[in-house]
Amino acid sequence: MTSASTNDIEFRSVSKSYGAVTAVSDINLQVPKGAFVALLGPSGCGKTTCLRMIGGFEQPTTGEVWINGQPMNGVPAYRRPVNMVFQQYALFPHFDVEQNVSYGLRQARPRINAREISRRANEALEMVRLGGFGKRRIHEMSGGQQQRVALARALVNKPSVLLLDEPLAALDKKLRTAMQIELQTLQRELGITFVLVTHDQEEALSMSDLVCVMNAGRVVQLAAPREVYDRPSDLFVADFVGKTNRIAATVDADGSTLRLADGSALSIPGRTGLKSGSAILALRPEAISLHRQNGSAPGKLSGIVTHRIFLGSSADYSVAVEGLGDFLVTADRRDLADGDLVEPNEWVVLNFDPGAAHIFPA
Amino acid sequence: MALALNTKRRMVTAALVAPAVAWLFIFLVLPFIAMLVFSVGERAPEGGYQPAFTFAQFANLPARSAAFWNTVILAPVGSFVCLVVAYPVAYYLAVKTSPRYRLLLVSLVVVPFWTSLLVRTYAWMYLLGSRGIPNLLGMIGFEEVRILNTPGAVLLGIVYGYLPLMIMPIYVSLEKLDRRLLEASADLGARPVSTFFSVTLPLSLPGVMTGLALVTILLLGEYLIPQLLGGGKVFFIGNALVDLFLQSRNWPFGSAIAVTLVVVVVFVLLIAMRIAWKIAGTRQVDLV
Repeated sequence: MTSASTNDIEFRSVSKSYGAVTAVSDINLQVPKGAFVALLGPSGCGKTTCLRMIGGFEQPTTGEVWINGQPMNGVPAYRRPVNMVFQQYALFPHFDVEQNVSYGLRQARPRINAREISRRANEALEMVRLGGFGKRRIHEMSGGQQQRVALARALVNKPSVLLLDEPLAALDKKLRTAMQIELQTLQRELGITFVLVTHDQEEALSMSDLVCVMNAGRVVQLAAPREVYDRPSDLFVADFVGKTNRIAATVDADGSTLRLADGSALSIPGRTGLKSGSAILALRPEAISLHRQNGSAPGKLSGIVTHRIFLGSSADYSVAVEGLGDFLVTADRRDLADGDLVEPNEWVVLNFDPGAAHIFPA
Repeated sequence: MALALNTKRRMVTAALVAPAVAWLFIFLVLPFIAMLVFSVGERAPEGGYQPAFTFAQFANLPARSAAFWNTVILAPVGSFVCLVVAYPVAYYLAVKTSPRYRLLLVSLVVVPFWTSLLVRTYAWMYLLGSRGIPNLLGMIGFEEVRILNTPGAVLLGIVYGYLPLMIMPIYVSLEKLDRRLLEASADLGARPVSTFFSVTLPLSLPGVMTGLALVTILLLGEYLIPQLLGGGKVFFIGNALVDLFLQSRNWPFGSAIAVTLVVVVVFVLLIAMRIAWKIAGTRQVDLV
């Protein structure tokens, strides 16, 4: 029965193809009750298809989607215990705000009486801080307000899972940050499972407790945000989540030393399971420290600053290293001894801890 | 300088609008004024018009009440039957067909317009006449069925003739309908029938009202179909007008009937559009 299940959503070898095109292939996924999970990936990776299969707008070609411990194959959208916040909200233009929010309640059978409907709709509007806006028409609301209406409309039926399809994509940056906090708070308060689809890694990392990175119709990594960032499972994840420097290298026969293209060697102690042969070293920009080259400072690599992007408290530098190409380095202004910024065309030395690097087979 | 530019822009606008205004003034406003003047005049002894100021013509309207009622009833009924037949077709074309065949199917809707309505109505005359369908019915035992020259035949003719004009505006408004609204409705627990009546139908109302207005207005002035399929000379107001202007040459009475018709149409249309705007919450009008 439902109570026995600890997973709100389960994908059991789900595949979906449209004619010859495979959108999603053989996905197995468990979303625990009350989790905030983000499906993250580039466009066309199958994340939206997955969400639509949970909502009931698409049926899997093979495999099963389970919700609340019940198989959902063949169950139409209007019978599923999930609600969705659509991209661009899909609010009904011919209804006012309250009518939009109460729509789900008006579909309930047996019918709910009008006073109760109105009470619950206004309660939902209060929850998204839109109390008193009930009689407004949709086109009189701003983008951020429409977003809240869509949220209230989806939550009014008290779904066990809330689906969010790129809900913040249409908002400006400031509003987006505010809504991220609000969504997270709301999810904690309500304790229901949120499934968010996004291509914005920052959004995924900041809001969710579980990130499901997808690529080409498959789940590449399913882990907590920090885990995904700190220990990407492959080069794709390392590239897609956050910024990454990719350095071509070769692993020695004994698997303990890494040789870079310029001939320099790095010892990589404590790494097991590395196969000898060519590899890619993935290094976060903030894992590299940058110092002015003033003769004495020893460094692993030296190069010349070609570009600088000023970011306020820190700056991104593009550093050309002979024989290894361009490096992206994020340096905190505090960490530079004298003057707080390095100028383009200055020579610098770069240091990094090989332990902070990820090594993937090329 | 700015003033000169402004004046120039205004003159360009005037030049662009002038032909249409002149056309409408000469062929719509002037004739309508003439009609108003005629309607309060008297019939000259030899036919035509002689100046006077009397409402006798309007008082005489009941003399053509049969034509008036035929028109005022059959035009809305005909356009409503058109709607009932057209909506499912438009829905199928806009929502259910794959985009690949849509253009082909939509163009099939307008194919009948490639042949003159006169020819097609003559074909109906034959089909409904004694050698057509009644003849076939006679063979299976239903003797003496009369279809031609009945209100039913006129209704059939006008629904047939005006169907494409009803399908097109409804098709346009359904095609523009955001599919995600239908998904949102289903997501919130609405069954397909409920989704249709709460979302699809209200949002296609501008198209429905455009179609209804278009077909009703054209039907109110219809002459050909009632003439050929309706028998009697004065079946519709259009037929009565032809009779009054060309046969009995009672221009003032004809004008009075025409003025009354225009007033009724404008009145009905104003109310209908107001209702549609209110329900759809927008003032857009879907024209083809």
